Amino acid sequence: MTILEKVTALLGEGAVLEPSTDRVPRVAPGSPDAVALLLGTAHQEGWRVRIEGAGTWLQSDAPADLALTTRRLDRVPAIEPSDLTATAEAGIGLDQLRQQLADRGAWLAIDPPGLAGRTLGSIVSTATAGPLRHGFGPIKDHLLGVTFVTGDGRMVQSGGRVMKNVAGYDLTRLQAGGFGAFGVIVLVHLRLRTLPRADVTYVLQGAREDLTQVGEDVAAAGLTPAALELVSPALARRERWVLAVRLAGSPALVAADEAGLGAASGGGRFAPLRAEEAHGFWMRLAEGFSVRPVTFRIGGVPTASDELLDLLQHQLGDEWISASPAAGAIRWTGDTNIDRMQRLRRTLAGLEVPLTLERAPWPLRGAVGHFGAYREGVGPLVAGLRRTFDPGGALVVATEGS
Amino acid sequence: MTYAMDGLPTHRRVPDLVVLPGTREELIAVVRLLAALGLPFVPRGAGTGLSGGALADEGAVLLVLTRLNRILQIDAKNGRAVVEPGVVNAKLGAAARPLGLQYAPDPSSQTACTIGGNVAENAGGPHCLKYGVTANHILALEVLLADGSLVEIGSPGGESWGPDLVGVFVGSEGNFGIATRITVRLTPLPRAVRTLLADFTGLRTAGEAVSAIIATGIVPAALEMMDQSCICAVEDSVYAAGYPRDAAAVLLVEIDGRNADAVVAETEVVTDLLRKSGARSVRCAATEAERERLWQGRKKAFGAMGRLSRDLVVQDAVVPRSALPYVLETIAGIAKHYGLVVSNVFHAGDGNLHPNISFDATDPGLKLRVEAASAEIMEACIAVGGTITGEHGVGIDKLRYMPLIFDAESLGAMQALRRVFDPEERVNPGKVVPVHACREWASAHPGAPPRGQPSLARAS
Repeated sequence: MTILEKVTALLGEGAVLEPSTDRVPRVAPGSPDAVALLLGTAHQEGWRVRIEGAGTWLQSDAPADLALTTRRLDRVPAIEPSDLTATAEAGIGLDQLRQQLADRGAWLAIDPPGLAGRTLGSIVSTATAGPLRHGFGPIKDHLLGVTFVTGDGRMVQSGGRVMKNVAGYDLTRLQAGGFGAFGVIVLVHLRLRTLPRADVTYVLQGAREDLTQVGEDVAAAGLTPAALELVSPALARRERWVLAVRLAGSPALVAADEAGLGAASGGGRFAPLRAEEAHGFWMRLAEGFSVRPVTFRIGGVPTASDELLDLLQHQLGDEWISASPAAGAIRWTGDTNIDRMQRLRRTLAGLEVPLTLERAPWPLRGAVGHFGAYREGVGPLVAGLRRTFDPGGALVVATEGS
Repeated sequence: MTYAMDGLPTHRRVPDLVVLPGTREELIAVVRLLAALGLPFVPRGAGTGLSGGALADEGAVLLVLTRLNRILQIDAKNGRAVVEPGVVNAKLGAAARPLGLQYAPDPSSQTACTIGGNVAENAGGPHCLKYGVTANHILALEVLLADGSLVEIGSPGGESWGPDLVGVFVGSEGNFGIATRITVRLTPLPRAVRTLLADFTGLRTAGEAVSAIIATGIVPAALEMMDQSCICAVEDSVYAAGYPRDAAAVLLVEIDGRNADAVVAETEVVTDLLRKSGARSVRCAATEAERERLWQGRKKAFGAMGRLSRDLVVQDAVVPRSALPYVLETIAGIAKHYGLVVSNVFHAGDGNLHPNISFDATDPGLKLRVEAASAEIMEACIAVGGTITGEHGVGIDKLRYMPLIFDAESLGAMQALRRVFDPEERVNPGKVVPVHACREWASAHPGAPPRGQPSLARAS
C-alpha cells in the first residue's frame, strides 16, 4: 500500500486533500484524535511529516512524505465572555475567531503578522506577536493551556481554562514558539479581554531618530498605549518612517491618554486615523510580512533598538521593518541569503540578541534554522526535548539548521 | 527544626543534612559533589512556600539559598535587574522604588520570600491580576542543573534562544535545577492609586460584583475578597484593618495607573458598579496610611488565621470567575456538613480561592473530617472547570489531586520533560508529578540509570 492508501484507510477519504505543488500527499485530520492516530502511524511507519495550517505563513515546502494540515480543526468549543476565556481548535483562522469573539463582546488582544486567515495554531506555535505586544505582551501571555500531539502520536494536555494555573510543569510554554518541533498543537485555551470600548490610532511621520525620541517621550509621559510601533516607509507605504500609536481600552483611559499624546509629541503633530483607516493601516502592516520570502524577529533591550536597527540596515537593508522599541522587539522581512543570515545571527549573538527565523523557503530555513547560536548548555536541552516529544523524528522542523 | 517545614504546617520532614552555600561558586561546588556522589538534593529559599515543596525527603540534602542574596545589577533605563536567588522579594522592590520602578509580583509573603523561590513556584500575589505572575517578569536565567553544569536560558530582551526554556523552567518547583542568576523585568511605578473597600451582606452578591467589574473591561490592579470568618480573624489580631465585622464579605479593589485622570475616572465607574451590585458601603482610602492598613489586613490574613487553632489546611484552587458565587456557597455547605470553620481569603479577580480550614490535628476524628472536606472542596472546584493550584504549587501537598486534572499520558509527558533537565531525578525528588499515575515514556537519555535514589545514609 502507498502512504496515501494507508492514510485513506486510516482516516477516510474525506481527510485526503489535493496534494501540494511539490506532490507531497496532504492530509487534513478532522479531530484531535485523528491527528494522534496519524502521527502514531507515521512514527511506526517512519514517515516524515510536515505541519501546515492554512498555508499562508510558513512556506509548505519542507521535504516530507506527508503534509498534515490542521485546517479541518476549526471548531470553537467554548467562548465564555463572563470569564474572558475561550477554547478553540488550532486550525481556525484568526479572522473567523475574532469575529466569533467580537459577537460575544470579547477580544483576543493579538495582531500577528500574516494574512487575516492565518490559523491560531500557526500563530501559537511560532509565537509571532505583532504591535499589540507592547500593551498586552507576547503570545504566551494570552494562553491558558494547550492540547498537543507528540511526534509519536501521544495526546497531551497542559494548563487549563482558568486565569492562574501552576499545576504541573508548563508544557504550554514549550509549545508556544516551538515551531512544532515538540508536537502539533490541536486545541488552545485562550485568555481574552473585553472588546475595547474605545480604540483609536494616531500616526506621526518623520526621521527615524526623531520618532524614536518621540516614542521615548510617550513612554516617559506615562501613557499606556496598546501599540507603539515604528514602521519603515516601504512597509507603511508612506514617504517617511511612521510612529503609530494605538490606544485601546476604557473610554476614560483612552481619553486621558489622547490628551497626553499631544503634549508628549511636542505640540500635537500626531494625526488621528479614522476607524477604517486605522483598520487598513494595521492590516497592511501585518500582511506585509507575508509578502517577501524571509521574515525574522530579534529581541534586544529597549535602549539597544536604535543600534539594532542600524545593524539590520547595514547588513540587510531596512526596507521592510517594524519595531516596538519599548518592548525591544524588531521584525524584518525581505530577501536575503544563507550566508548573510548566518553572519547576522552570529553578530547578534555577540550582543546577547537572539534571532528567530520565522519563515523562509526551505533551502534557507533548513540551513539557517528557526533557532541557533544557543547560549551555554541550551543545545543539549533542545536535543533532549526533541528526542522526548518526537522520538522518531517524524516532525520535519528546521530547529537549528544544518 | 527550622528546616523541617515550610509555610504549611501540615507536612513535616527533618532533613538529614542542611547546607547553606555563601557564594555561587560554593553552590556549584556542592552540587557537583552531590552529582559525583549521586545524592538527591532539595533547593530551598526562605521556606515560605505552601505546598511542602521545599522539604527534604528520601535522604535528600537540603540546599538553603538565602545567603545568595545580592542584587547584582539594576538597569533602570531598560527596566531590568539581575539578582541572586536568595534576594528577598520586598528588598528588590525597595531597591527599584527610588528609580521609579517596581518588581510587580507581590506574594503575601513578600517580606520574607525569595526571588529564587518565586521563580520555582511561579508565585503570584494580589497585584498579579493586572501585572501578571512571576513568569511574566522573568527574562533570563542562569541555571545550575543536577549534574553540575550551567545553562543560560532566555535573554535580557525577552526573546529566547530557541524554545521558551525560561517559560518551561519558571514554576517547575525546583525539579529542573537551581536558578543561580535571575534577570527580571522591572515596570514603571503607577503614578496614581485608589484603594476601595466594599462590604457585602452576602457572599453571592460579592462574587457577582467581581464578575460585573471584570465585564467592564477595566482591569483593577487587585481585586481581593475576604469572608466573615477571615474578617473577624484579622480584626481580632494585631493586623486589624477596620474591616466591618458584620459583613458577609469584603472586596478590596485597587485601581492604579500612570495617568491620574484615568485612574480617577475608572475608580468612579468601579465605585458605582460596586454600589449597584449590592455593596452596603464603599470606602476609598483617603491617605497612604489608610491604604497600607487596608492592605496589611489582607496580606497578613493568613497569619491571623493561624491564631484560630494550631493547624491549618490551605487550599489554592482556581475556578472560572463566573463560578465564584456557586463555589463559595458550595464551600460553605461543605463546611457546615462537616462542622468545620472554613475561612476564605482570595484573589477574586483571578478566581484563585484560598479556603483555609482551621483545626486541631491531635483530634483524629476532626483530622479525618478535614481531609474529607478538603477533598470535596477540591472536587467541587474541578467540577466547574477549575484547577488544583493557582500559585502555591503542587509540592507534596497536592500530589494526590494531580490525576484528577491530568490523564496518565499528560503526567507522563511532564515526567519526561523533567528528565530532560534532570535524567536521574535527583533534584527535589517526589514532588509535583505522582509517578505511579504516569504512563511510561521513553527516556530522553537512554543511558540514564533507573530511578531509585541513593540516600545520604547509604553514601556516607
